[in-house]
Amino acid sequence: MPDLADLWSPIRLTLALASVTTVVLILIGTPIAFWLARSKARWKEVVGAVVALPLVLPPTVLGFYLLVVLGPDGPGGWVAGLFGGRSLAFTFEGLVIGSVFYSMPFVVQPIRNAFEAIGERPLEVAVTLRASPWDAFWSVAVPLARPGFLTGAVLGFAHTVGEFGVVLMIGGNIPDETRVLSVAIYDYVETLQWGHAHILAGGMLVFSFVVILAMMLAGKRFGRPGL
Amino acid sequence: MSHSASLARMRSLGLSLAAMLTVMASTGAARAGEVRIAVAANFTAAAKEIGALFEQRTGHKAVFSSGSTGQLYHQIAQGAPFEVYLAADRARPLKAVDDGLAVPGSLFTYATGRLVLFSRDKALVKGAATLKQGRFAHIALANPATAPYGAAAIRVMRALGVHDALAPKVVRGNNIAQAYQFVATGNAELGFVAASQVARHGGGSRWIVPDRLYPVIAQGGVLLKRSGKNAAARAFVAFLRGPQARAVKLRYGYGAGD
Repeated sequence: MPDLADLWSPIRLTLALASVTTVVLILIGTPIAFWLARSKARWKEVVGAVVALPLVLPPTVLGFYLLVVLGPDGPGGWVAGLFGGRSLAFTFEGLVIGSVFYSMPFVVQPIRNAFEAIGERPLEVAVTLRASPWDAFWSVAVPLARPGFLTGAVLGFAHTVGEFGVVLMIGGNIPDETRVLSVAIYDYVETLQWGHAHILAGGMLVFSFVVILAMMLAGKRFGRPGL
Repeated sequence: MSHSASLARMRSLGLSLAAMLTVMASTGAARAGEVRIAVAANFTAAAKEIGALFEQRTGHKAVFSSGSTGQLYHQIAQGAPFEVYLAADRARPLKAVDDGLAVPGSLFTYATGRLVLFSRDKALVKGAATLKQGRFAHIALANPATAPYGAAAIRVMRALGVHDALAPKVVRGNNIAQAYQFVATGNAELGFVAASQVARHGGGSRWIVPDRLYPVIAQGGVLLKRSGKNAAARAFVAFLRGPQARAVKLRYGYGAGD
């Protein structure tokens, strides 16, 4: 196959996007999930609902708002201005921002569930043993919630790999920058290059199956369903 | 035994259903008909306006579904209940005729599309020179592989000798509507859009790309086989070629077609 590079570029880009997004989501999703699991605030479910919104919103809605927010009329344009640009749309960074919103529920929810499953007790015990809240969080809550982190990371990664609508709306389909796997497949199908489409789409199918199977097996090992 | 009995019952049910539908269809035609039209996204606004005039004039009802030309084609091939197909090119309606989905000989050009270089910045677009100077970060167009307006934009850039220089600045919308979104939200400073998208509002700066720089964007329409004896479908096609529809097309920046 002479144009293997054409196929490799979207794969590499997609893996990079999913990796960066997953790391960012673990970093900002963990405190959100912990707060949602522990807080007694009555309005916490409002925050929970906002986090879960991308589950039900069509990607076109999210994509449309992102296009406005990332552009020169929104904060994205201001941030881009610091680096001499005028918009975060059509950039890899813009896609990361979009993906973080889009995949957030898939990371926050499993981690929150894991924190809730631990209950109050282990943390109270840790505090009576004079652990600081910070220490209790790191040496008790996080290790106990490990299955939730694993599930969240895998789901966040996989969901970002499968992202299509949002990227289509804010990416601009630029090779090596924003032309991810799902967009490349769509292009190949639309232009009847089914040979290329088969290679990428087949790879996607196998990848998704392996991810889901691994989740189920891992869930079994940890003694609770992973999905 | 019971198997053939149930088969017979199903058949008689089917017959009575068909009879019921025939009665419904004929009474419908006797009063006022309804025509269902699949229309390419870029022509939707104009089509609705034409549809309203058509309803006033004939008493028939026109129902529109819009989408990309390719997606609508797939839907029609899968048996979607449309009677008229208004595409953004002539290739897909022609294919519909070849595939036996459309009435042979019914293909006509209902409008010709015009390409406009548009920016919401009042001072940016000043004609071909703007493209040659290239003082912008992003220029938006529709995906040339799938959208006729995108392919036309590429031809314009090639004709002006700026294609290779501008290639790294090109961002591609999935269709012409998305290319317009990129420009309207200011994410891309300028872009090639359909005249119909910017014909109804002022503001910004624009350059109507001269016809000689790209092959004509002929938008073809066909009567689909499914229309059968529906008088409303035929009436709509005739109305679409008439003077009232023509006035609407021109107002939206289209050529009137044939």
